[in-house]
Amino acid sequence: MTFEPEAVGASEAEETSAFGFSAENKERLDRIIGRYPAGRENSAVIPALDLAQRQNGGWLSKAAIEHVATYLSMPKIRVLEVATFYSMFNLKPVGRHFVQVCRTTPCWLRGSDELAETAKAVAGCGLGESSDDGMFTVVEVECLGACCNAPMVQINDDYYEDLTAETFRALLEALKRGETPKPGPQNGRKGSEPVGEWTSLTDLPDLPRAGAE
Amino acid sequence: MPKLTIDDIEIEVPVGISVLQACEIAGKEVPRFCYHERLSIAGNCRMCLVEMERAPKPIASCAMPVGEGMVIRTDTDTVKKARSGVMEFLLINHPLDCPICDQGGECDLQDQAMAYGIDHSRYQENKRAVEEKHMGPLIKTEMTRCIHCTRCVRFATEVAGVPELGLLGRGENAEITTYLEKSLDSELSANVIDLCPVGALTSKPYAFVARPWELKKTESVDVLDAVGSAIRVDARGAEVLRVLPRLSDDVNEEWLSDKSRYACDGLRRQRLDRPYVRQEGVLREASWAEALAAIGSRMRGLDGSRIAAIAGDLCDAEAMVCLKDLMAKLGSANIDCRQEAAHLDASVRGSYLLNSTIAGLETADAALLVGTNPRWEAPLVNTRLRKGWLRQGLKAGVIGAPIDPTYPTEYLGAGPETLLEVAQDNHPFADTLKAAERGAVIVGTGALSRQDGGSVLAAVRQIADKLGLVRDDWNGFNVLHQAAARVGGLDLGLVPGPGGRDVAGILQGASDGSIDVVYLLGADEIDMAKLGQAFVIYQGHHGDTGAHRADVVLPGAAYTEKNGTYVNTEGRVQLGRMATAPMGDAREDWTIIRALSDALGVSIGVKSLGDVRQRLVEVNPLFDRVDEVVAAAWEPFGASGPMGTTAFSLPVDNFYMTDPISRASETMARCTQDFVAPKQERTGTHG
Repeated sequence: MTFEPEAVGASEAEETSAFGFSAENKERLDRIIGRYPAGRENSAVIPALDLAQRQNGGWLSKAAIEHVATYLSMPKIRVLEVATFYSMFNLKPVGRHFVQVCRTTPCWLRGSDELAETAKAVAGCGLGESSDDGMFTVVEVECLGACCNAPMVQINDDYYEDLTAETFRALLEALKRGETPKPGPQNGRKGSEPVGEWTSLTDLPDLPRAGAE
Repeated sequence: MPKLTIDDIEIEVPVGISVLQACEIAGKEVPRFCYHERLSIAGNCRMCLVEMERAPKPIASCAMPVGEGMVIRTDTDTVKKARSGVMEFLLINHPLDCPICDQGGECDLQDQAMAYGIDHSRYQENKRAVEEKHMGPLIKTEMTRCIHCTRCVRFATEVAGVPELGLLGRGENAEITTYLEKSLDSELSANVIDLCPVGALTSKPYAFVARPWELKKTESVDVLDAVGSAIRVDARGAEVLRVLPRLSDDVNEEWLSDKSRYACDGLRRQRLDRPYVRQEGVLREASWAEALAAIGSRMRGLDGSRIAAIAGDLCDAEAMVCLKDLMAKLGSANIDCRQEAAHLDASVRGSYLLNSTIAGLETADAALLVGTNPRWEAPLVNTRLRKGWLRQGLKAGVIGAPIDPTYPTEYLGAGPETLLEVAQDNHPFADTLKAAERGAVIVGTGALSRQDGGSVLAAVRQIADKLGLVRDDWNGFNVLHQAAARVGGLDLGLVPGPGGRDVAGILQGASDGSIDVVYLLGADEIDMAKLGQAFVIYQGHHGDTGAHRADVVLPGAAYTEKNGTYVNTEGRVQLGRMATAPMGDAREDWTIIRALSDALGVSIGVKSLGDVRQRLVEVNPLFDRVDEVVAAAWEPFGASGPMGTTAFSLPVDNFYMTDPISRASETMARCTQDFVAPKQERTGTHG
């Protein structure tokens, strides 16, 4: 990971275009920094990078990383270490919808391969790439921790679960049209409750059931 | 003090140390890669696993503090198996390129693989390959070999104070690099080469030069600054191939500055390997007899007052005492060892020493730096001050040019006015010094080598006295020298005798014709243009400014080529040892002066090195106290009179080139180009 523009696929101009926190983010960040004892402001580096990534269209440019370093009075290399360590920080530009397809065993058994193919087909790009229209970036990731609703994908901050190739295609098409599909299971299921009839724990009348309004 | 049992040995150890250190106290060796006693604990290599009673699995001994009643085993099958497992993992991605690796023969991984490695690999997958990183002219990288111990990262951040190295990425994609692959801009950067337990960071100038078992190793001391770092000179045949630091807790710990380490290639270039005599304006090769005869014919019958001698920065005490004796025999009082014309008083030892001692400075909690940049004048003194800042929050104030010593400083002012304010207790920083438990003032030669140097020294002394920096158990008055020869010269009294001239007087005399002969013992830092029509004898080892001006050149030995005594800036007498023979016809310096004294018919009466050392002790009994710092008495010194108004300047403008050896070094030239030139251009001094 040399962190040179060509290595991460961002142009020199994109990497160095000026970055500064917006007034709103500055206020949020100062509030976050305030949670830590004096002299420990460095502890806010992860939230600071997250705010910077959100403000910067989903990725961290060199300028953004350096701005965070200056803001927190940290050596640049320390901030870069954090930014490269966590997979949730993107070091190259991403599309408007950052599609992360889970491919770990439960999702894979339930058909994550098909989801990846669908995403590639709709976006018209390969894994780890962005679509030409800048709408999508498609990546495969390891377990996102929603195995009971496998297969699932994460798009920006939302989980879309219990997908099939068809529902996933419809979902992506809707996003493409600018709609906002409802996150969560896409097969009518509520949370991680059983799909059909209750089959277990049916003889415990006195216990309140989660979600059983 | 907790008691614990290590392999059935019961020991009592200090509170707060780690199990690994306890094992060492008990005499049990524990393998390690990431742990280093002078760096913070990372605990990431897992090689130091030991078994602890009631622990479910082996523990990393470097990261486990000792506790009362612990039962540790370092010799069980489980431990051996666990370490073998770690070793196997480390070797998954480590290339099998030992035959072409410069670390071979002195590699921790190689050594420990002999003890814990297995004879085959269970992996068929390709090993990972990592791109080389650019880290400057000194550090060669082969990052595929890196095992991610992060010692280099911790050294750069903690000791060198340049947080530019880091570990990027994670897991198999982790890589050590500098930010945007810039060179590691530190005068201590090459220490990461010693710290690297594998061949990932190796020495660039020494790449593919030699194997460790080919080298003759000589323990010596460094002379390229006044710290007097303990070094090991590695030579093959007549060539010094590298210089490495040696352990010396009181002086350099185990670090070495880049100049002291890498200027050794300057020992091969620009050398004076035979005598020269100027004939018809040109220096011509000559024999020793011709050279001595030429001096004899010029000096015979000359009155002592028309002869002068200046001793340079790299001289050994032996040569200096012989020079002093020779001048005395010739009836000359014109002798000086203070090339930079610093107003130092040779009669009061405490006035020219780093009295707090180098190791003592790390306990200081306030320090006033006057006309000095310790980072460039003595990097290993600077690390001590930095340690003081890290440990007890040393408050540093700077008077003189602004500097960046890698720890925060308060800038007080540029010149004598501010110094006077502090001395008269009229400045807020005076209160800081007064409140300090161990306050120190460090004055550099930049502030003393001026017309009013004596008054500056007096003002600094006034600070020490008035603000309570000198007590029975602590002396906070410090002079930071740059020249390895200076304290030795002052200890031997190489200063003008009654009616004699100092450096400025000698140059003045040579210009106006009242001095006929000037003897330069390795003195290259004076203004040669001022020597006028004088007959100049230059004795030294490099064809630098002095030799260019000389009428007779007498080839001497460089510090690696003679047994010499040096006194460092804190007054520690140390012995340098001969690693290779002097070049060509060159001779050890004291023998040259002795031969000259014979040729002039004024024998100084020494026949052997033993005689000269005897003479050293006669002149100053302290030369008998080798490797000791004898505290100097606190006596009155300093000149009265007002100080000028000019700001203090820094004595070193290029850390990498300060003496004839480093000026001849290609590696130092490359460092100058990479590190110093860009900054000077930025300040606009280059057009």
